[in-house]
Amino acid sequence: MSENFEVPKPLSGTGGWLDDRFHGARGGRVLMRKVFPDHWSFMLGEIALWSFVILLLTGTFLSLFFVPSMNDVVYHGSYIKLDGVKMSEAYQSTLNISFDVRGGLLMRQIHHWAADLFMAALIAHMLRVFFTGAYRKPREINWLIGIGLFTLGLLEGLFGYSLPDDQLSGAGLRIFEGVLQGIPIVGTYLGFFLFGGPFPGSIIIPRLYILHVLLIPGLLLGLITAHLFIMFHQKHTQMPAKGNTEKNVVGQPFFPYFLAKGGAWFFFIFAGLVLLATFAEINPIWLYGSYTPVAISSASQPDFYMGLLEGSLRIMPSWEINFLGHTLTMSVLIPFALPLTIVLGGAALWPFFEQWATGDKSFHNVNDRPRNAPIRTATGLAAITFYGVMWAEGANDVIADKLSIPLYTITWIARVLVFVGPAIAFVVTRRICIGLQRKDRQMLLHGYESGIIRQLPNGEFVEVHKPLNEEARAVLEAKTVPALMPGPDSEDDNGVPPPQSHGVLGRAKAIANRAFAETVVTETNGHGNGHGNGHGNGHAVEAGNGHAVEAGQEEAAVGSAPSAPVGELPAADGSEDSPGS
Amino acid sequence: MSWINARRRRPVAGYAALLLGLVVVGLLYGAFTHTGSSAQASSPASSQQDIVAGKNLFEATCSSCHGLDAQGTSQAPSLIGAGAAAVDFQMSTGRMPAKEVGAQEDRKPTLFTAQEIYEIADYVASLGGGPAIPDAQQVSTAGANTGLGEQLFSANCAQCHGFAGAGGALTYGKYAPALTAATPTQIYEAMLTGPEAMPVFSNGAVSPAAKRDIIAYIVDTRVETNPGGFSLGRTGPITEGLVIWLGGIGFLVLIALWITAKRRDPRPTGTE
Amino acid sequence: MSDMDETEGAEGAEGPVAPRRVIGTPPPAPRLLGSGDGPGAMAGSAGEASDVAHSGEHFKGKLPTEDPDPARSKRIEKMVAACFILAFIAGCGFIAAYVGLQVGSDRLGPGDNVVDAALRSNLALGTSLSVALLALGAGATLWVRQLMPNVEVVEERHELRSEAVDRQAFQEYFKEGAANSQFVKRPLVRRTLMLGTLPLLAAPLVLLRDMGPLPGTSLRHTVWSPGRRLLVYGTNTPITPAEFNEPGSMITIVPDGYQDDADALTKAAVILIRFEPGQLQIPTRYQGSTLVGTMNWTVDNIVAYSKICTHLGCPVALYEQTTHHILCPCHQSTFDAPDGANVIFGPAARPLPQLPITTDAQGYLVAKSDFTQPVGPSFWERG
Repeated sequence: MSENFEVPKPLSGTGGWLDDRFHGARGGRVLMRKVFPDHWSFMLGEIALWSFVILLLTGTFLSLFFVPSMNDVVYHGSYIKLDGVKMSEAYQSTLNISFDVRGGLLMRQIHHWAADLFMAALIAHMLRVFFTGAYRKPREINWLIGIGLFTLGLLEGLFGYSLPDDQLSGAGLRIFEGVLQGIPIVGTYLGFFLFGGPFPGSIIIPRLYILHVLLIPGLLLGLITAHLFIMFHQKHTQMPAKGNTEKNVVGQPFFPYFLAKGGAWFFFIFAGLVLLATFAEINPIWLYGSYTPVAISSASQPDFYMGLLEGSLRIMPSWEINFLGHTLTMSVLIPFALPLTIVLGGAALWPFFEQWATGDKSFHNVNDRPRNAPIRTATGLAAITFYGVMWAEGANDVIADKLSIPLYTITWIARVLVFVGPAIAFVVTRRICIGLQRKDRQMLLHGYESGIIRQLPNGEFVEVHKPLNEEARAVLEAKTVPALMPGPDSEDDNGVPPPQSHGVLGRAKAIANRAFAETVVTETNGHGNGHGNGHGNGHAVEAGNGHAVEAGQEEAAVGSAPSAPVGELPAADGSEDSPGS
Repeated sequence: MSWINARRRRPVAGYAALLLGLVVVGLLYGAFTHTGSSAQASSPASSQQDIVAGKNLFEATCSSCHGLDAQGTSQAPSLIGAGAAAVDFQMSTGRMPAKEVGAQEDRKPTLFTAQEIYEIADYVASLGGGPAIPDAQQVSTAGANTGLGEQLFSANCAQCHGFAGAGGALTYGKYAPALTAATPTQIYEAMLTGPEAMPVFSNGAVSPAAKRDIIAYIVDTRVETNPGGFSLGRTGPITEGLVIWLGGIGFLVLIALWITAKRRDPRPTGTE
Repeated sequence: MSDMDETEGAEGAEGPVAPRRVIGTPPPAPRLLGSGDGPGAMAGSAGEASDVAHSGEHFKGKLPTEDPDPARSKRIEKMVAACFILAFIAGCGFIAAYVGLQVGSDRLGPGDNVVDAALRSNLALGTSLSVALLALGAGATLWVRQLMPNVEVVEERHELRSEAVDRQAFQEYFKEGAANSQFVKRPLVRRTLMLGTLPLLAAPLVLLRDMGPLPGTSLRHTVWSPGRRLLVYGTNTPITPAEFNEPGSMITIVPDGYQDDADALTKAAVILIRFEPGQLQIPTRYQGSTLVGTMNWTVDNIVAYSKICTHLGCPVALYEQTTHHILCPCHQSTFDAPDGANVIFGPAARPLPQLPITTDAQGYLVAKSDFTQPVGPSFWERG
């Protein structure tokens, strides 16, 4: 581990040559010591990144063999079960890749699994960013770019699995065309223009191909680059911990640590995908058969990331409006537009909504623990529930078959659950968050249970609590509480309510603000050595984050923990108190 | 015995005893359970003896629901004109005699031998005619056109039974069963007679040759290896999505926890 | 920093000590940034903050180089090397598997099953590749976690907001440049510029016009016409009512002359069902003044419905003989076959169009005419 080695001449020579022309050393010097925080959940986005790289690599291999043509051929190839069947060249070339090209089936499967993993990792990553509040200033644009990436990924996957022109994906394209056709005024034109005529036509596969291998990957690449560059420039957020402040980044340097970890991660992701591609069959198009508009299979679903749309189409009761010789097919338009708008639109608007509701315009480089932001966490769980119900409904015929539940019953349950579920999830999650906050407060005040039982002189048995160490304290104390903004009922010296609270919007803002500002008060006076009987100023301030504590914050505690007036602890705590160690 | 005695207090002894008990019970169960014959030889020519024997069996077993003259009751339909093929299908798959009335009858081990089933079938056929049990040549898959079979299967069968015959849901608790257990004869008979919710595919619409092609396709598909690994049920993207979340993301999260775990250094050598 | 989590009897006399149970994080490694650890150190170096940022050196000092336990490191080194050697072997195995295992009927022997060969090749290639990648990943992880010294470094975040002087200058230069260009002062130039570029912005949209033909009235018709024979899909043979005489029968039908035309079949596929006498009760229905359903369009208790779901165009194919329901597997739209394929569940809003059928001189089933209403998914101009 000594530095007493010479950098090899070829390396230093090349480096010098480049630096002469691009002054790379100045940036490289910064880069090598750039600090990256180390938390497992920060690696979820990298799963998507490396999956994308693997998609590019395997996709290039596949593009060397795939024929994006809808010309009909009669099959006489290796897969003799389909001998004599008329099929498109696209389907035939996919059979060829699977059965006649060494490694072809492996590459196809890696490619498809990587696409699924890309989307799954994006969802996991988005959820992590959401629940830790990492989308807040200054990262709103990056959040929006992320949502754009997700949407593009949806389309890319849809177009990709439609390329082999098999029965399953062809049915998906038919549904896609039906949805387009139903759009008011321009629908039939959109359908005919995209497909070059009536469905299926003979041009859709080549068009989807160029979208799938050139246009959308180009957009994805550009957006990913922007996403990474912004993250690089603004530096990654970090989890609350001792010594982690709003003004620093704690972690390990890029060279060699983060580089090595990133490399290891790439290998593991690739390995995971190859394992799946070896032992788990995906998209067996030879079993689906070549597409014909006359046939369909049970259990026809798109890939999982389209599940929201599929479920919403199945959950919808029939509704169509006919007027003046025109048809508005609400059975199609509502499921197509509404859930996606709610989820993606809601996600896109959320950072701005939160800023509006909390009045919080400060920078945030330290993440929130989800429990410390009950409204955000509860909304996220409600959205997940909504998404999940639609997802499950999209699989309703498979669930009906495998779990022996009647088909229509599942749809009826979903129709109710899609409204009731998110509401219940919201309420329950919020209560759980507040409960966890209380638990944190208990730990801070009384320490943790050490497992040692001691008998007091009066005969009572108590468990000895030990104080938390500094690292644990720092984590539990790290809490930003949005300030309670003056609402419509507060008045300034002249008796005028604040201007921002006027009107319906103002009142809505006040309600939202009250909800966001609700929190459980945490003790921060350092009296946490096992006793602590209610002193404390009621301020909840994150250790060392330079957050200005507004006078109005005193009221923040009022809206919370109704049983605990500011500064007092519920009586129940007393009995567990121990005189410390 | 002393060898066992000496080791009876070892920790592994309990597991060994349990394992032995399970094996013994399993063997006993297998020996004493009558599974009946599901093998299908070609049907022997019917004779008057068979019809009489069949009538006796019918009156003993089937008439309680189907009526003494097979005319049907409120519990079960008439079997006049149902034909030998329908009887053979229902009884060789064990669906009949029905045990409980549910959304539909499930395949279960049959209580009758093949000979007994033929006799009942002959008797029922003698009452009103109906489709006959196919012979071996009619269900043989030799030389069949699986390509045509694939087209016919996907247009008329896959919407219920799934693209690879893995089964599918129907309404009100009914379902189209998986095609893994049905023999070629049973598949032929099912197409011909349209059991329960399944439509009828008479020989006028789907010729016997076409039926052979479909059977060949079904049989080829179900024995076919899955070259990509485990088939995940042959039900399409639903199970794939499950695997990517549990297997893909789950596995990778565990690896991520490993890579980023904080290191616990060995005790410092006193410089604190 | 105390690292006494291993010691016994830590409670009592020594006062607050590090807990035995793991709640918080393990004690962090020594921090590197000039002076000591924690945010307090920042204050002292605040003045250097911009220097630090500009000079590019984010933490002072050097990464640790001494090895506290060389024996252990040697062991780890061997483990990492073993991982990499395993990766090498597996990688060679991958190449060997590629060269050695053939796929495809033209390269396999006569008795070899193509699908089995594909499985063998996939297993061999995939296992070797995943072992190689796993070994590389494991080796790299062990290397960085156990060989490289444990270190945690801190760097400052620079202000993202530009200095006031920069913002000022930007604003000034912008105003200066804008004034210089006279963009604001000369509205004629400005407006004609915008006018001039407008058509070019529209040009890309205009160029897309020939992507496809206008739909016209093509969605209102199918290829069915009077006298066109109904063919059984697959065998492409015509069918007579006598051949389709079992009640409960169902079959997929395509129009004669268009058996292979996917564009035509997308709207012309038909499902043919035979009922028991008396079961068919199709009411006479009108849509506006157009007749869309009647018993007159059936032959011998045989009815022909469009097989294209009126929801989004999937083939509606699940016919339940017992309930007489036609179920679409895509989104579970359900149609009641004896009742003119009326919708009884699911998102479809209109019944399946009925194809008028009759028999021709030879007795085969033929269409009486085209469908009298548009087939398939709804669209704006449908009416």
